[in-house]
This record gives sequence, structure tokens and C-alpha cells, in this order.
Amino acid sequence: MSEAVLTHHDDHHHGPASGITRWLFTTNHKDIGTLYLWFSFLMLLIGGAMALVIRTELFQPGLQFVEPAFFNQMTTNHGLIMVFGAIMPAFVGLANWLLPMMVGAPDMALPRMNNLSFWILPFAFGMLISTLFMEGGGPNFGWTFYAPLSTTYAPDTVTYFIFGVHLMGASSIMGSINIIATILNMRAPGMTLMKMPLFVWTWLITAYLLLAVMPVLAGAVTMMLFDIHFGTSFFNAAGGGDPVLFQHIFWFFGHPEVYIMILPAFGVVSQIIPTFARKPLFGYDSMVYATASIAFLSFIVWAHHMFTVGMPLAGQLFFMYATMLIAVPTGVKVFNWVSTMWRGSMTFETPMLFAIAFVVLFTIGGFSGLMLAIAPADYQYHDTYFVVAHFHYVLVPGALFSIIAAVYYWLPKWCGRMYDETLGKVHFWLSFIGVNVTFFPQHFSGLAGMPRRIPDYALQFADFNMVSSVGAFIFGFSQLVFLYVVIKAIRSGRPATDRVWEGAHGLEWTLPSPAPYHSFTTPPTVTEAEAHS
Amino acid sequence: MGLGLAAAARADELNMTPGVTQISRSIYDLHMVIFWICVAIGVVVFGVMFWSIFQHRKSRGAQAASFHESTRLEIAWTLIPILILIGMAFPATQTLVAMYDTGGEDMAVEVRGYQWKWQYKYLDEDYNSTFSFFSNLATSRDEIENRVVKNDNYLLEVDEPLRIPANRKVRFLITSEDVIHAWWVPDFGIKRDAIPGMLNELWTVVETPGVYRGQCTELCGMDHGFMPIVVEVMAEEDYDAWYADRVRMEEARHEALSKTFTPAELMEEGERVYATFCASCHQANGKGLPPVFPALAGSPIATGPLSDHLDIIVNGRAGTSMNAFGNQLDAAEIAAVTHYERNAWGNDVGDVTQPIDVIEFMSGKEAEETP
Amino acid sequence: MHKSSKGIVWKLGLMVVGMFGFGFALVPLYDLLCEVTGLGGRTGGPYAYDPAVVEVDRSRLVKVNLLTNTNDGMPWRFWSEVGGMRVHPGEAKDVKFYVKNTTDRRMVGQAVPSVVPITATDYFHKTECFCFESQVLEPGEEMELPLRFIVDAGLPKNVQTISLSYALFDATGFAAAE
Repeated sequence: MSEAVLTHHDDHHHGPASGITRWLFTTNHKDIGTLYLWFSFLMLLIGGAMALVIRTELFQPGLQFVEPAFFNQMTTNHGLIMVFGAIMPAFVGLANWLLPMMVGAPDMALPRMNNLSFWILPFAFGMLISTLFMEGGGPNFGWTFYAPLSTTYAPDTVTYFIFGVHLMGASSIMGSINIIATILNMRAPGMTLMKMPLFVWTWLITAYLLLAVMPVLAGAVTMMLFDIHFGTSFFNAAGGGDPVLFQHIFWFFGHPEVYIMILPAFGVVSQIIPTFARKPLFGYDSMVYATASIAFLSFIVWAHHMFTVGMPLAGQLFFMYATMLIAVPTGVKVFNWVSTMWRGSMTFETPMLFAIAFVVLFTIGGFSGLMLAIAPADYQYHDTYFVVAHFHYVLVPGALFSIIAAVYYWLPKWCGRMYDETLGKVHFWLSFIGVNVTFFPQHFSGLAGMPRRIPDYALQFADFNMVSSVGAFIFGFSQLVFLYVVIKAIRSGRPATDRVWEGAHGLEWTLPSPAPYHSFTTPPTVTEAEAHS
Repeated sequence: MGLGLAAAARADELNMTPGVTQISRSIYDLHMVIFWICVAIGVVVFGVMFWSIFQHRKSRGAQAASFHESTRLEIAWTLIPILILIGMAFPATQTLVAMYDTGGEDMAVEVRGYQWKWQYKYLDEDYNSTFSFFSNLATSRDEIENRVVKNDNYLLEVDEPLRIPANRKVRFLITSEDVIHAWWVPDFGIKRDAIPGMLNELWTVVETPGVYRGQCTELCGMDHGFMPIVVEVMAEEDYDAWYADRVRMEEARHEALSKTFTPAELMEEGERVYATFCASCHQANGKGLPPVFPALAGSPIATGPLSDHLDIIVNGRAGTSMNAFGNQLDAAEIAAVTHYERNAWGNDVGDVTQPIDVIEFMSGKEAEETP
Repeated sequence: MHKSSKGIVWKLGLMVVGMFGFGFALVPLYDLLCEVTGLGGRTGGPYAYDPAVVEVDRSRLVKVNLLTNTNDGMPWRFWSEVGGMRVHPGEAKDVKFYVKNTTDRRMVGQAVPSVVPITATDYFHKTECFCFESQVLEPGEEMELPLRFIVDAGLPKNVQTISLSYALFDATGFAAAE
């Protein structure tokens, strides 16, 4: 251990401080992980409430509850909050809790920066959400904020939105630097790169993706800011700019962003399935390579979001082929998970149920992704509910299910108590049914021609929208069951063993449950049994 | 028969339309091929998985094996998907190449997106503009706000559809006035973004006359959901007759500009123009949606000097959503709507605005008088 | 195994700065891409035309279609003397456009050109174009705007029609900022 880390720990208390200051000034990776996770859950509820406003309005044709202007603010903020407020911080929270324990480190490499990267977030989202109550309303141009709707035609509050995005970006960038430094510098002796748990691997690659694209997003919103306030014209045709340039820059960020939200999910599932199949992960090496290939490909496919923008045939073909290629490493991952289950000795506790649902439903999202890659067919799918169904399948039963699975899986390690298995299964089945009832019919409305982001629709879309709205309420309210299960476990769950799960392997399971406030103050030895490969 | 129709309607709601053009059918075929490929892969992968879930469970006494890698398998499940994808890329490339074959058109129409309506400009053989019109949502506020029963074409009906002939290659030149819109007719299998300052093109040859409906598919602001596209494809001879008629009508409209209307005629026409172009922001009752869309009832502009009132309608107001309608409406329409605004909802200025007033204003007479 | 994190933080910080710069570098890169591929209907800048060198292809007639539009509520009138014409590849053609400022204030207009099909953008040259600079018009003023263009003789055979659109924007704000 380095001199710096040692001194740092010497002048530190050996237990948490008490009261609110514990949370405000904490530099402990477990505390910060907890903060991230609760914050993202709060954002999930807020973003979810917005989704329910949307689904309520879309329950029947006609305008019933909200005005179109407010509806657009709901779709925009729902997207922004779920992407930047719920999914991404939840994964950073998991990284905070787990990475040091998984690689045998005492804490994150940069504990003070860790505190800062979390505490920026409440301000960023406070600012974003407060715009909804300002004159002229909040951002209403979609989470993709295409110029000129988001520049020349934006409400005045767009400046708050830009500043909020800058803050979220700064938070992600600091979080990623911390994660990379921790993984590269803080591993216990013997924890070689190819022995790291897959969750660590996927986060390492994700952190690099974040560092590569969050600054580009920051650049894009900075250009917007200059266009709006300082008379430049990056995206304004009147001054020699080009609105299509905005889309290129946005999706250069946006496509890797999609993988930023799914690679850590791959990591989580790759931890859980071997545990409950009681069998090592199949094809560990190929999983690592597949993750890296997906990350690489994510940089050269961005224009598949822009097939209808009007580009030369050669460009269209290139982006179509590159996009189709992503199916290959993604397929490798799915095949490896299935092979891990094959001839295992499986049990189906709640984390495993969510992980299996992830594999099935994420794959369905992958299939629709492959369909969307076919450029000519994309002309018919583009900007319809088919796309909405596609990315919700990837992000809800994909990213979100993996986060929920992770919470059930590691919660006993975090708080030393088991959750209620029966209630956990009730939560799973309600979520599973809710998510499919919500999003599966959206494939049909999309294929039948329903555009996305509309507050009212033609009569032939009515049946499926009604079903979808019912599903959304089931799914939304079943997350309150989740909240109850977690609180119940923390307050009165039965004590957990150190290993927690019969088939669990990895350094985190060698620690007592609950994991002590400071763990691995002396580096552990990495045995074959606790390492991958 | 009834059952058959119901079944047909269901199929319509479940899947992509095969449409009525060569291109839309190729797209539909691609869609179905890739769909069945996905289904086949899904059946195999999920089949293996669920078989494993039922057989290899601890409660059935399954013992965990310890194998955890196989280079041969990894290579196989990398190569097989690549081969499938290559197989898929061929027909997709063919269709795409066919879609890019834009030459040899029989006629052209310029399609312009506005917040929140479409404008169609017909071009003659030499590409001179012959006539143009706006295609506005025709669904009434009463239907949208659930006060009356919705008709079958709810939100998919317009006051004047785009009319094109069957069996002729029609070229669409697509652009936008303000933000990005997207023009989509599912039955033709064509969709393209309408981008301000940039021209895009599309083409189609429709074989079957009929009415085909689509919608704007790029978020373009408040009323994005309320700017449908309706295309009436007419038999060739019907189209030619309609086109000749429409050109004659355009000439008649030009003549109307020198006419004088009675206040009642102006109010009636003005109410129509207002409902079509103004009411979505300023509201049918003239009360607007402050602070973004100001009220016109009792407003200083609508009850003040005529020149100020015409100025804002003709030239718009920079930095706001108020368009310059001088480029969208003709003088008779502007006169009517101005008269209406000055004399409706309790505004009783009592003056009469005629087309000639508007023409004089637009020719710069008023502009020169103002210091 | 534990090393100081200083080095890596510096390296990653540099990467962040570099990528932020790259975001901005995408602007000129995109312009370059547009000029090379004709993406966005860009036609490139002024072109030197020497009638002695360029051979006119009399065997072919290409339709050139001119579209004029005002954008973003720009109140000026804007029109061309003809909507379209037929030209032989290689010959220079002149066409006049007109603008009129109908408002009571001094305004600046900027016309933005765009050409379809994309395959034709490389073969459409302008030697004189009002789109190269912005126009300043006094209240009520009308102005004639000349365009001289040449369709390159190398134009692919399957292109029979070229559409050139001008979108006229209000650039008064930009002129004031300069």
C-alpha cells in the first residue's frame, strides 16, 4: 500500500461519524455507494412518476390529463432522469460498494473526489427538476435535444438544463477516473487482470467509455450554450452552422452511452448466474473480449440513429453493416450465459430470477435492435413505438433488472441481513409481468405506425396503448414492494452468513456480513477458489 | 364478412404494413425475414436455456459440472451469426440501392414542414411553382378534448390532402421552415427528415389509388402529434383533371385579391383562417396561453392601429413562435383574419380590412410611412 | 501492488481534456466530411471556370430546379426569375434571384444553399453566388441577386435532375454580433 493511502487512513476514524455529517463529508466507499444507490432509487421514483403521467395521458385517445406542452416536458425529463439520474448513478453506486471489495482494496483510490462526484448530483438534478416549475416550463425537446428545437426554439430554462448536464458529466467523469484508478492501482497481490471478476472488467471498460464520450457531450451542450447566448452558430443554419452536425456529435456520445448503461449490467449478470448455477462462468476470456469489442464497435455505429436524416448510400451501408456486427459479440455473451447454466445445479432465488429475466428480455431487446439495424426497414421503424419498445427492453428488463438483481444479491453482504425471499419473488413476478405488459404491446403500436413522443394518437393504436398503460402502473407500483423488501431486510431481516450464497465466489464473500466499515486494510491473498478463471 | 374485416383490422394493428409500393413491399419482406431469423435464434437459445432450467436444477438433484470453456464452441457461435448476418446484408443492400435510385421522375412536389402543419408546393414540368397549400389537421378540438365522439380518421385527417397520380414516379423535395420534422407515409415505405436549410429527397410510385395516412415522426415541439400527412393517390386521368382545376382555381384566387368583401364574408373566412392557423396557440376563444402565447381578445395590437396589427401578422415577431404569415397566407386570407381578430371575442374596432389594404401594406407603403 | 494514483489521474484527465477538444474538432471534421461526400447537400465554395478548357456536353440536357424559401419566419419576399431550366453539362448559366425587405427596419439576410441528389453535389459548381455573403436591405428595398453555375460534364449519367434550394434566413442578429 502506498504512503499516501496509509496516511490517509491513519487520520481517519475507524467507524462512521454520526448524524448527517457522516453522509455529507464521508469519503468511505461504502457510504458513498449507499448514497448513490438511494439517490438513484429516488430518481427512479421521480422518473417513474413522470412515466406514469405519460401513460395516464396515453391510456385513451384524446387529451384528458395534461396539455401537449407539458407532455413534452414529461417525456424529456423522464428520459433524462432515468438515464442520467437512475441507471448511471445506480451502477456507480454498485461500483463504489463492490469494486474495492472485489479487488481486495481498502477503499476507492480517490476518496475525496468520490465524495464530490456524488454530491454534485443532487444539485444537478435539483436544478433540472426545478425548471418544471419555472415560467415557460422545463426542457421539452426530448432527451436527445436536437437543434434547433433545443436552441433557437427552446424555452429559456434550457440554460439550466445545459448547466445540469455539465454537472452530471463532471460527476460521471470524476467517478470514472476514480474507478479506473482503483482497478488499475489498488488490486490485491495476485489479483491479475484476467482474474478479476467480470463486474470489475465491465466497469473498467465502461469507465473508459465514459471518459471518452462524456466530454463530447459536454462539448455539445457548450456549443448549444454559445449558440443560444453568445451568437455563435454551430448548429444554426442562418449563421453557417448545421443542425445535422448536432445529431452527429450527440450520437457520437449517445451510442457509447447506450453501452455505458448495459456493460455493467452484463458484469452483474455474469456474477449472479455462476453463483446460482454453482458452476464457473463459461468462457470468461471470451466474455472479456466480447465486452471490449462491443465497446470498440460502439464508436463506429452512431449514425444508425440517423438513417432518415439523408446521407450518401455509402455512409448508410457502412453504418448498417457495422451495426449488424454488434450482434456478434452480444450473441457470444448470451451463449456464454446459457452455457454457464447448462448442467449446473440451479436454484432460483430472487437475484437469479432477475438475472434469467435479464437474459431473456435483454435478448428480445437485442433482436429488435438487429431489426432496427437493417437500414431499409429502419425507415419504417424509425421514431415509432417500435424503437420505444426496443430501448425500453434493453434498459428496463436489461439495465434496471440487473441493478435490482445486484441489490438482492449483495444486500445481505451490505447490511448483514437477508431479505424476505417470498416478498422478493412477489416483487420479481409483478415486475416481470408489468414490464412485459407495458413494453411488449409497444412493438405492435410501433409497427402499426404510431410515432413516438406524441400526446394523443389515432384510434387504431388505442387497444395496445391501454394495455401498455395498465402494465406501466403494475410495474411502477411493484417497485414500492422492492422498497419495502429492502427496508424490511435492513431493519429486521434474519442475519446473513458471510458467504451468503452457497455458490458465491469472490473476495467480497470472504468478508464478514455486514462488510466492516473498513475492509481489506491489509491486502488479502487471492486464492484460486475466489478468483475467476 | 364482418369477422374477416375484424381479423384484417387486427393484423393491421399487429404488424408492419406491406404497403402499396415496390419499396414498401421489399421493406416488409426484409422485416419478415429478419423477424423469423430472430424467432429461430430465440427458439434455439431460449429452448436450450429453459430445458437446462428445468433439468439442471438443484431440487431435481442435479450435480454441477465443472467445465467452463470451449474454444471450438466460441468460434462456432461467433462464425455462425456472422454468416447469418452476411446472408441478411445482401437483400438489405439491394433494397437500399433501389431506394436511392431517384432519377427519372414524372413530377415533383416540394414538401415543407412547419410548426405544426405541412406545406405542399406543386412544381410544373420546368419546376416552376404552380400552386401551393397548407395541409392542416382537420380534427376538431371537440374531438380532441373528448366532447364529441371521435371519427375513424381521428388525428389522421387534414383539410386538404396531398394529391398525386398513381403509376407515376413522384419526387418529393423535403425541407423545413423552422425545426426538424419528418415526413412519413408508412404505406409507401418512405420517411425522411425535413431539416431547416437543407434539402432532402424521396420518391415513390404508387400502384393503387386510395387515401394513405401518416404522421410527422420527429419531435418538433408542442403540436408534434397533431400534424398528420394524408396523401390521396388518384387514377392518372382523375389526377390530371384535378390538377388542371387546381391551377384554374389558383388563378381565380389571384383575381379575388382585387375584390372587396362584405364584413360578414370577412368574418366567415376569417374564422376559418383563424381556426386553421392561429387557434392552436392563441386558442379559439382568443384568450391565448399566456405567457407564451398572448391573448388576442382585448389585446392592444388587435384593438390598436391597423398597420401594427398587419405588421405582426405579415412579418411575425422575431424570437417568438409568431410566424411571418405574409409568406404563408395570401392577401385575402390575411385581410379576413385581421378583420376577424379586430371584431371577434368582444374586440369591436369596427373597421373593415380588405385585401387591397394588405397588398398596400406588403408593398411597402406602410413601411415607408413609419419613421 | 498499490501505486500512487497521481500518474493515472493526470493521464485520464488529459484524456478528458482531449475528448472535450475532440468534440469541438468534430465541427471542422464534419465540414470536411460534408465537402468530400456532399453530406447535407453542401456544394463547396467558389469555383474557377475557364470556358476555354471546359468542354460542353451538348448531347445531354440536365434539369436544374431552383427552390426559394424563407426560413424561421424571415419576413422578406424571396423568389427567382424561373423555377427551373435545362442545361448542358459544362455550360455556364446565369439566373437572377430577387429579395425584398417588406419590413420597416434594416435587416440582414443570409441564403443557405443545398443540393440534391447527394451524388450531384460534387458536380454542381457556382462561380458567382449571393450565398457566399449576406445581404443588407433597407426598409422596403428590393435587390437583384445573381447566380452563375456550371453543371460538371462528369455528372453521373443517372442524374437527370438537380434541385438547388436556397433557404433565406434572418441573419440580422449575427451581423450585429460581429
